[in-house]
Amino acid sequence: MATIPDQHGRFGAYGGRYVPETLMPAILELEQAYLKARCDRAFQVELAHYLTLYVGRPTPLYFAERLTKRLSGAKIYLKREDLCHTGAHKINNSIGQVLLARRMKKKRVIAETGAGQHGVATATAAAMFGMACEVYMGTEDMQRQALNVFRMRLLGATVTGVEAGSRTLKDAINEAMRDWTTNVRTTNYILGSVLGPHPYPMMIRDFQSIIGREARKQVLAEQGRLPDYLVACVGGGSNSIGLFHAFLKDRGVRMVGVEAGGLGLESGKHAARFAGGRPGVLHGTMTYLLQDDDGQINLTHSVSAGLDYAAVGPEHSFYHDADRIRYTSATDDEALAAFDLLTCEEGIMPALESAHAVAEVVKLAPRLKKKHVIVVNLSGRGDKDVQQVARIKGVTL
Amino acid sequence: MNRIDATFERLRGKGEKAFIAYIMAGDPSLQDTETLVLVLERAGADVIELGVPFSDPIADGPVIQRAAERALRSGTSLRKILQAVKTLRTRTQIPLVLMAYYNTIHALGEGAFCKQAVEAGIDGLIVPDMPPEEAGPLEPAAAETGLRLIFLLAPTSTAVRRNMVARRSRGFLYYVSLTGITGAKLTDLADVGRNVAKIRRVADVPVAVGFGIATAQDAAQVAGIADGVIVGSAIVRQVGEHQNHPGLADRVGQFVQSLKAAMKAA
Repeated sequence: MATIPDQHGRFGAYGGRYVPETLMPAILELEQAYLKARCDRAFQVELAHYLTLYVGRPTPLYFAERLTKRLSGAKIYLKREDLCHTGAHKINNSIGQVLLARRMKKKRVIAETGAGQHGVATATAAAMFGMACEVYMGTEDMQRQALNVFRMRLLGATVTGVEAGSRTLKDAINEAMRDWTTNVRTTNYILGSVLGPHPYPMMIRDFQSIIGREARKQVLAEQGRLPDYLVACVGGGSNSIGLFHAFLKDRGVRMVGVEAGGLGLESGKHAARFAGGRPGVLHGTMTYLLQDDDGQINLTHSVSAGLDYAAVGPEHSFYHDADRIRYTSATDDEALAAFDLLTCEEGIMPALESAHAVAEVVKLAPRLKKKHVIVVNLSGRGDKDVQQVARIKGVTL
Repeated sequence: MNRIDATFERLRGKGEKAFIAYIMAGDPSLQDTETLVLVLERAGADVIELGVPFSDPIADGPVIQRAAERALRSGTSLRKILQAVKTLRTRTQIPLVLMAYYNTIHALGEGAFCKQAVEAGIDGLIVPDMPPEEAGPLEPAAAETGLRLIFLLAPTSTAVRRNMVARRSRGFLYYVSLTGITGAKLTDLADVGRNVAKIRRVADVPVAVGFGIATAQDAAQVAGIADGVIVGSAIVRQVGEHQNHPGLADRVGQFVQSLKAAMKAA
């Protein structure tokens, strides 16, 4: 399984490069540059330097003792990506791609963002390296993640609102791809998740797989054995593939990806691509999509902007069909309850995205024995969501 | 003989260039589209491209995005477009080319799509988000049914890609005049001329140029360097502005007539 994707960017039937001809040369150039950097020791040393001293890696693997007691089942470990600089795992990828853009002598980077975490991470990396940065964001997301919009602007990035479709992540990616098509000679597109045309799903997985490599070592050191379960939320799927990837060959380790159940699968207002979708092509890749009979992309809903997207990374589609990863969903209400639970029991406020993973742990842990071990990826911290949670609870700040 | 091939051959015999008009199917309704196709033909269009509306058109600028939204609001789908084409075929033999994003075709199934499209009377297909590398399922199905699969080249394309696309494009080859999306402004005509000349050296099929051609002057200049001139956003903008006007057909017809006249005079 380590050999995927193939040279055409295929994960079995999924992936590929469905982009306009204008972008093809740039995508091939990016692939070449990345393959070269990947086996260049100088690049890896530089990346490791920034991940250690700037991002703050390795992030801890924390035993959530009170949550474990409360759920009275399996031992629960939190992979603390929320402690990364800028507050989420997104920076692992942004640093990698911005370093690559610098090697490719690009002066400008663009990004899309849903929850704002990838936008903040990219604006941060761009600020550090003195590059121009423009971030596309749906206006619906700008409203619910207003704090992150302001953070990006403080970092010197231009935030451009996208007033189309559902005004969320999907529409932001459309606009970022249009910008890239227009400015492809000077600009690198820093995609934020394991989506889009090859080489993005592979490259971003590689940058994020440090999460699982660390977690594997940490859990072995702590428990002397591998975990029984890995749990992570799946929007595009970068934090989940990041955690899972180092364990894929460990047959005994079960993996659960948690999609956004929104108002419930039966309501139709959700972003559960595996439960409600079928394969198709969006944003350059063949993968499971929420779409109608005519192939039009459906509007999605989730309380968490970072999971509110109609497609899932193609590598996830591959592992879904291969039955290697199980995919489930948590509703808005379940995620909000998990947000409260982790905040009160552990004093850790998760991002609403990560709260979906915690919600699955709430269901899973009590069904397991005390000897079992669950590692859950706490992909981001919840500071950005405080205003949104207050709004939902009817509290005026 | 395929209507596209026949049309280019006829025009070549007369020393003329093809005027290729793009409209969004179903904008503002499929009934309007049927009328507009006939109007465009009378106004001098040699080939008509029908856009298939898609919810996420990454290669299109705001004008065609809005048109796709109008078309989707009026309930347009690929199936219904093929129905309309079938009806149109009793009244016109003008070459019709569909421009469809890959997912709308994939939803129907590549093989089934080609069969149904040709049965309805479609002659060619452009898929803006499908480079030749991803044409695996579609290319043989198109070849088998005689549907001309038209590939694109862009200013960023390398010599290797130019050769590949020239070898595989059928009907004609679509040269994207600028590095950008539909409706952008054409600024470097000399660059277009140089690239079209390079393509013509390796392509057996006619080369048509699209993107950024908005005025009679643009059309005349591009006619001087390519076998075909494709105008999309400028026509779609007329449709958008006059969509609720009883004179919609006349306005669009007059506009296209002015472009075609300028091409002939060039």
